[in-house]
Amino acid sequence: MALSSRHLLGLYGVPKEDIQLILDTATTFREVLERPIKKVPTLQGKTIVNLFYENSTRTRISFELAQKRLSADTINFSTSTSSTKKGETFKDTVRNIEAMKVDMIVVRHQSAGVPQFLTRITKANIINAGDGLHEHPTQGLLDMYSIREKFGTLKGLNVCIVGDIAHSRVAMSNIFGLKTMGANVSVCGPTTMIPMGIESLGVKVLHNIDKAIANNDVLNVLRIQLERDAGRRIPSTREYHNYFGITSDRIEKNNKNIVILHPGPINRGVELSSEVADGPYQIILDQVTNGVAIRMAVLYLLGTMVN
Amino acid sequence: MRIILKQVILLNPYQNLNEKNDLLIEDGIIKKIGNLTEEDFKTSEVFDFENKYCVPGLFDMHVHLREPGREDEETIETGCIAAAAGGFTEIACMPNTNPNIDSAEVVRYIKDKSKDLLVEVYPIGAATLERKGEAIAPMYELVEAGAVAFSDDGNSIKTAGILRHVMEYARMLNVPIIEHCEDESLACGAMNEGLVSTILGLPGIPNVAEDLIVMRDILMAEFTGAKIHIAHISSKNAVEFVRQAKKKNIQITAEATPHHFTLTDESLKTYDTNFKMNPPLRTNEDVQAIIEGLKDGTIDCIASDHAPHSIEEKEMEFIYAPNGIVGLETQLGLALSELVHKKHLTLSQLVEKFSINPRKILNIPIPLIKEGESANLTVFDKDLIWTVDISKFKSKSKNSPFDKRLLTGKSIAVINKRKMFFDDKFLSI
Repeated sequence: MALSSRHLLGLYGVPKEDIQLILDTATTFREVLERPIKKVPTLQGKTIVNLFYENSTRTRISFELAQKRLSADTINFSTSTSSTKKGETFKDTVRNIEAMKVDMIVVRHQSAGVPQFLTRITKANIINAGDGLHEHPTQGLLDMYSIREKFGTLKGLNVCIVGDIAHSRVAMSNIFGLKTMGANVSVCGPTTMIPMGIESLGVKVLHNIDKAIANNDVLNVLRIQLERDAGRRIPSTREYHNYFGITSDRIEKNNKNIVILHPGPINRGVELSSEVADGPYQIILDQVTNGVAIRMAVLYLLGTMVN
Repeated sequence: MRIILKQVILLNPYQNLNEKNDLLIEDGIIKKIGNLTEEDFKTSEVFDFENKYCVPGLFDMHVHLREPGREDEETIETGCIAAAAGGFTEIACMPNTNPNIDSAEVVRYIKDKSKDLLVEVYPIGAATLERKGEAIAPMYELVEAGAVAFSDDGNSIKTAGILRHVMEYARMLNVPIIEHCEDESLACGAMNEGLVSTILGLPGIPNVAEDLIVMRDILMAEFTGAKIHIAHISSKNAVEFVRQAKKKNIQITAEATPHHFTLTDESLKTYDTNFKMNPPLRTNEDVQAIIEGLKDGTIDCIASDHAPHSIEEKEMEFIYAPNGIVGLETQLGLALSELVHKKHLTLSQLVEKFSINPRKILNIPIPLIKEGESANLTVFDKDLIWTVDISKFKSKSKNSPFDKRLLTGKSIAVINKRKMFFDDKFLSI
């Protein structure tokens, strides 16, 4: 079995079989992560560059760890050490890196479309680690993996994504992936945070968090990104928490079987109360562990493809 | 020198002319139409243009020449060669150069640089100093130097307060204000806002950013009695607002670009920055509204918004790449393919949009195809099928989304100021 594309740019349009294959492969690697020696020689001799034009801790560490567990050689490149400040164009930077004979590039960038752009200017396999407001496909995959681990399937599950949907690449990757896998997807948030045309993707829009909790199996709760002008879309984090925050009271009142996901980092007291963030309904740290397995699966499947 | 355009179809709706005939031009003047003698043929260079259309020279009222300031992207000369190659004998150039066209010196500089070229250049002055929207430009002086209209193109004139003074002053000078309609506070995106921008994760510019300023400008034109021209109209509502304003006899005109009646935001799915422009490519509904507006006369003319950018500038991360595409060399072909061959416009209507109306808007005499008149003509083959090849562009910049596109209809020759551009070269005639 092989993937139908040699890049992972997003989950939009990715066939069900590909997603299935990645999730199944991740199960194997998830088992590797439980071994005393957590390393396999699968990508020995492959060189991978982590090209991060935007701050990231967990995604970069997760990718790096996945690469090391697969025995690949990795190089980290981030803006603070880049030549962009010297006026070099993005294209020139990438061409220079490629000239050092790299096999794969994991990229994160403020601009949507940069992973696609990379496929046009290099021969390396490209993995999108988050581009602008577009997609964050490995996050979408690890969320789906974590949900599947909990419920055994994705088909027919009711999943609601809560928060600033309009400014979330995590939301978009979840929506595309979950829809493909047959889940019923809805979004819940204040109207200022719902992007145009989302209903045309077959997604229900909700504005009442109690109903969202009551009518879903899973809530994937997004971080309110105050650093990304979320502040102009809500009056205050206090008001947001009062009307859209997930609290133990709300869960106990509406649905004690709910499963809560969060891509992190959490704003405690904003989108989740501390009680919920540490409580029995959430699987946040499982997501983090599964993230490494998912990234190993993606790196493995792309890295061993015959180009 | 004498040249003969043999058996061309002379078409000029402005003079109710539509006939197939021979045309004799001597020293740049139309000498004879028909009744040519054997002697005439012997003493002239003959161009066999049978069944090609000969129309009053096309006029593009929205061109960005990058001189002065960004001569690496386009100069007055290369822009004019591109115009000639695309079938245009006259163009109006926008003031967002560096320095801006906000002083008589810059107007004279452009006039001077273009005086010996086939293509006549009419500068559009900045409406406000440095296009900052704070103080009105010396419009009187600019008109005297040769400016034909005023605009802060690239932006709308910032506030209704300054627009009021610009309009009142322009009314005195009987020149139009050309507005790039976009509310800045709503337009901080990289493409049209809608389902496609949601899928692509690019920040969106909603239609209402344009609609709002179009409406403001209509109200202000009504209030001041000035002439307003809406540049590159792109939204469905804006077309309707212009239609209603015309019914109320407000002095309003509008133009559309070929990309806005040909492409939609779906084209952005590859993140190719050659599809990034402002106003952005919108939806099919908007495209249909623009075509409807062109058909019923709501939209008076077609203009390219020719905006040259260097390859390095365009080959960039999408959100950082500049807006705009070159259009001088593709727009006649696009208009013939998309509007005439698809039966939305007749050829006469196309000539009105490309030749007659822009000059009416800018108070520039319309060339007549008549004995004794200066020859200012475009000859095109409406059925010639060709493939756009950006490497053959005369423009210094190649940022076109239409590379490799098959078009039906192409300019064959242009004649103006005793010069002719034909077969890829300039001839003195």
